[in-house]
Amino acid sequence: MPRLSARLMRELLPLLSLALVLAAIAWLNPRAISYLGFTLMLNLAVPIALATVAQMFVIAGNDLDLSIGPFVSFIACIGATWLADQPVTGILLLAASVGIYAALGLLIQWRNLPSIVVTLGMSFIWQGLAILVLPKPGGAAPAWLQALMNAQPPLLPFPILATAVIALVAWFALMRTSYGAILRGSGGNKASITRAGWSSLQIKAVLFAGAGLFGVLSGLALLGVTTSADANIGNGYTLLSIAGVILGGGEFVGGVVSPVGAVVGALTMALVASPLLTFLNIPPDWQVGANGIILIVVLATRAQIGRKAKTA
Amino acid sequence: MSKALLSKPWIWSFLGAAIVFIAAISFTGGTGAGGMITTALALAVFMVVVGLGQMAVITLGPGNVDLSLPANIGLASAVSMTVMNGSDGLVVVGLTAALACGLAIGLANYLMIRALRIPPIVATLSSSFVVQSIDIAYGRGLQIKPPPGFAAFTNLQLAGVPVCALLTILLSTAIAVLLRRTVYGCSVLAVGQNARAAWFAGLAVERTRAITYGLCGMLGGLDGALLAGYFQGANVDLGNEYLLSSIAVVVIGGTSVAGGKPNVAGIWGASLFLVLLLTMLNTFGVSAGVRLVATGAVIVAVIAAAGSRGAAAPGLK
Amino acid sequence: MTGALVSLGGVEKRFGAVRALDGIDFEIAGGACVGLIGHNGAGKSTLMHVLAGTLAPDSGQILVDGTAQLHYSPGRAMALGIRTVFQELSLCPNLSVAENARVDHPALRGPGWRRRAAEMIAATLDGIFPGHDIAPSDLVQDLSIGRRQMVEVARAFTVTATPARLIILDEPTSSLDAHASSQLLAHIRYAVSQGMSFVFISHLLGEILDCCDRIVVMRDGRIVARGRATEFDRDRLVTAMGGARGEAQPTRVPATASAPVRVRARPSAAQPGRELVAREGEVIGLAGLAGHGQSTLLRGIFAAATRRRPGIEVHAATALVSGDRQADGIFPLMSIAENISIGSLPRLREGLLLSGRKQDALAQFWHGRIAIRTPDMGNNILSLSGGNQQKALFARALASDARIILLDDPTRGVDVATRQEIYDLIRSEAQSGRTFLWYTTEADELAHCDHVYVFRNGSIVADLARDELSEEKVIHSSFLETD
Repeated sequence: MPRLSARLMRELLPLLSLALVLAAIAWLNPRAISYLGFTLMLNLAVPIALATVAQMFVIAGNDLDLSIGPFVSFIACIGATWLADQPVTGILLLAASVGIYAALGLLIQWRNLPSIVVTLGMSFIWQGLAILVLPKPGGAAPAWLQALMNAQPPLLPFPILATAVIALVAWFALMRTSYGAILRGSGGNKASITRAGWSSLQIKAVLFAGAGLFGVLSGLALLGVTTSADANIGNGYTLLSIAGVILGGGEFVGGVVSPVGAVVGALTMALVASPLLTFLNIPPDWQVGANGIILIVVLATRAQIGRKAKTA
Repeated sequence: MSKALLSKPWIWSFLGAAIVFIAAISFTGGTGAGGMITTALALAVFMVVVGLGQMAVITLGPGNVDLSLPANIGLASAVSMTVMNGSDGLVVVGLTAALACGLAIGLANYLMIRALRIPPIVATLSSSFVVQSIDIAYGRGLQIKPPPGFAAFTNLQLAGVPVCALLTILLSTAIAVLLRRTVYGCSVLAVGQNARAAWFAGLAVERTRAITYGLCGMLGGLDGALLAGYFQGANVDLGNEYLLSSIAVVVIGGTSVAGGKPNVAGIWGASLFLVLLLTMLNTFGVSAGVRLVATGAVIVAVIAAAGSRGAAAPGLK
Repeated sequence: MTGALVSLGGVEKRFGAVRALDGIDFEIAGGACVGLIGHNGAGKSTLMHVLAGTLAPDSGQILVDGTAQLHYSPGRAMALGIRTVFQELSLCPNLSVAENARVDHPALRGPGWRRRAAEMIAATLDGIFPGHDIAPSDLVQDLSIGRRQMVEVARAFTVTATPARLIILDEPTSSLDAHASSQLLAHIRYAVSQGMSFVFISHLLGEILDCCDRIVVMRDGRIVARGRATEFDRDRLVTAMGGARGEAQPTRVPATASAPVRVRARPSAAQPGRELVAREGEVIGLAGLAGHGQSTLLRGIFAAATRRRPGIEVHAATALVSGDRQADGIFPLMSIAENISIGSLPRLREGLLLSGRKQDALAQFWHGRIAIRTPDMGNNILSLSGGNQQKALFARALASDARIILLDDPTRGVDVATRQEIYDLIRSEAQSGRTFLWYTTEADELAHCDHVYVFRNGSIVADLARDELSEEKVIHSSFLETD
């Protein structure tokens, strides 16, 4: 059936991007394709994947979170200070952060606000709070967190195992549960979801709470990998997470998101952000630019293939 | 009559600016009020120039935004200062080079969006990475000084009002007229409200988009040159703070994020508001962390109070 | 009054100065199909929203099963077994058919919910539209508009905890082709015989007369006529609505066969099939089942006017009027005048800038010519009723310098009187040399055309001149097997 194959192509595209990047890496440095290689290359994949899933929740509701990066920085700073020294207070602060995210969702829905500006404002707030918590780089990750992030399970490198679990959980929550369908539906046609009796306030709060939760996990995972924190450590995650969702087949409008695609997209971005560039021997001045070019190439290729699939 | 006046969105941003100004003045006990206004106007110029460009892009419809402005500003500052080469005679050439550089970036953004079908947020983001690298490689981090005449001009005042502010008011008026009274301008509004309908009405949708992104790029280039003149040197980080503030002044000033409804006057009100807010915080002597939290909280509060995204079409809200 | 499933007593609703409902007494018994007709702006929509619970009346009573409803809402309506199929399709495009069914049924949760939802919607689709090709796992965004409407309708008929007792249908066949429409109407009659009730809103008087037991006619917020369907005929209905009488046979001077060719188009360059030829001053009809390539060809012709396309030749400027005005036509933040002049901007310049004077003059001219009902052309376009908005879109196309006007089912959901005005306009414009390519899903309108091309599966399968035109021939060709 032509309908089915177009859909299949759409869903396979993120894997194609990942395959492209992996192929490039394998060609440049074959030894990177190994247990140790993957563990090293992908050590940042777990926090990036978590942040991408967080962004995905928000995008599913036709919004955008421009504050996820500074939020991750803030959480990492809390983890390196409060969570390590006073675990109970630390946990309360983390829970309160998720609560603030949920409250933000309520505010955006209740007052019908543009999320792009509200989250922009929030990014200032999270950044300022991060600086207040940790004015200079430092702190230390709790031992249990470091142990978790440095685990070396048999067969599969930890990052691959962890991201697979993240993808599974996100997929189940958003794509398999009956309420997940309602959440996504709110992005597709909010008016009819509301008309059918579902509370749009509750939906928005749940989506943002989900983002907050995965944002907290991302900050903690990042801290576990880097062992100490600074106030800017997660700032790049805003753009990485957006790119990951889009690479994964998500769209800004219409509630079209793919949890598995988003995680695959995050893996791709994790590989592109550093390992690929290192193997390409890009001079430091050009590292940032190379990121941009690679992102463009990957997205353009994806778009071209997507178009061919549509007209096929 | 007053009800109609109050219902205009841009009024609130000017009111906000006034409130913040009064708060700052009361802290200093009234001293330096005149200087504060002058500095506020001077700094607001830079926000208004990029704000106008960002406003035009956002008006194109949901999903359109230019995140490459900071990198654009940085590169333009380097290009303009290098071309001017410290010589007043080369100022015009230097400005032209900055405008051309900005135009090139804007058109490159548009090409990526159109030909490569990359969503604007990601396209302009990626191009900002590339432009940043070009800037670093080109400028080698050197602080190239502006020609003395040019630097003096950017600091010139007429009875306490910066000349650049007056010129920017002229620029704003020109852009307002452009949007309301030209075929191009009406096309921008139409595309922003309903791109499909614009196509079926016979408007040149893609050309309109290309011109708009190019225009935004040029305004970024202009801003880079002006900033380099005012702050006495080119710098790759010169534009960093304008990413968030260019979007904030557009929205706080009453332009619809859903597209199709620009608000030029509001950009001035919102720019003055933001600049005065920062001045006020500096006057209070707060730390960097508190300053950031306060700025963010004020932005969120202002937006929450103003309410509705007023969307006629679904989209990036 | 007793025994009525739903009854409204003295219901009023105002929007500002407009009295949308001006004291409505209305009742629906069990096992009956009530047709609700009237012009756009008559109040049908508002009445429907009050019944559905999406709008609260300013005064009056709503009784369900004889009990007054004090906090009536969509949720309450659903709980009482009242479902609504709105004209604006309310499916979520990003969800599958089964997931969309779930949206309306909160009880469908827990393990296995997806399978149960799929079974439920599949069973209903099979029951109403046997022979459909929709799978519960299909994403709605991948479905054509006709199939989407089938899903939408089927969803209203689905049964879980609370059985549907009253279904309100707002223009339910507007996107369905003749075959699916007749299946739906047959199913409605069957459901009525099983005790279900319907409120059926439609502009297609033929459907109303065929399908309904009782008919209620609204005008200006009041009910002006009601009675058994057998007591009414077409003319009586139109008169009651307050519209002009429809002409049975429009008279026209047909264009000469030697007029210059304006458009030559072959629907699909690869497939064999006839070619569409349109000459100056002709009104060409495109017919056939909905979604068989008519719209695609029209849009292809429009695109071909600016960029060369294989198989299509266009020899003059084109304009397109779409029936889907929200998606393809309206600029919601602009005034009526601006919506009209947007198609003629280059001509309204004085020097470099647009002339306000010229724009006003254009607006005033069309205000009169096309009889747009508004006190002020500077009002926002959305202040107009649907039919008048459509007229404004016509004005936009006609005000431009286009000599070829493409009409993509432009009278969908438009009331009879407005349609008549539009037909007259098309006639007189064609007389002065404009060419019209007119795709319509209503066979009646083809009578206004000089020539009709019938589409099937993306190709032209029949080519009927005016004197050979008949509804049977069109239908027959629509179902013709192509080799």
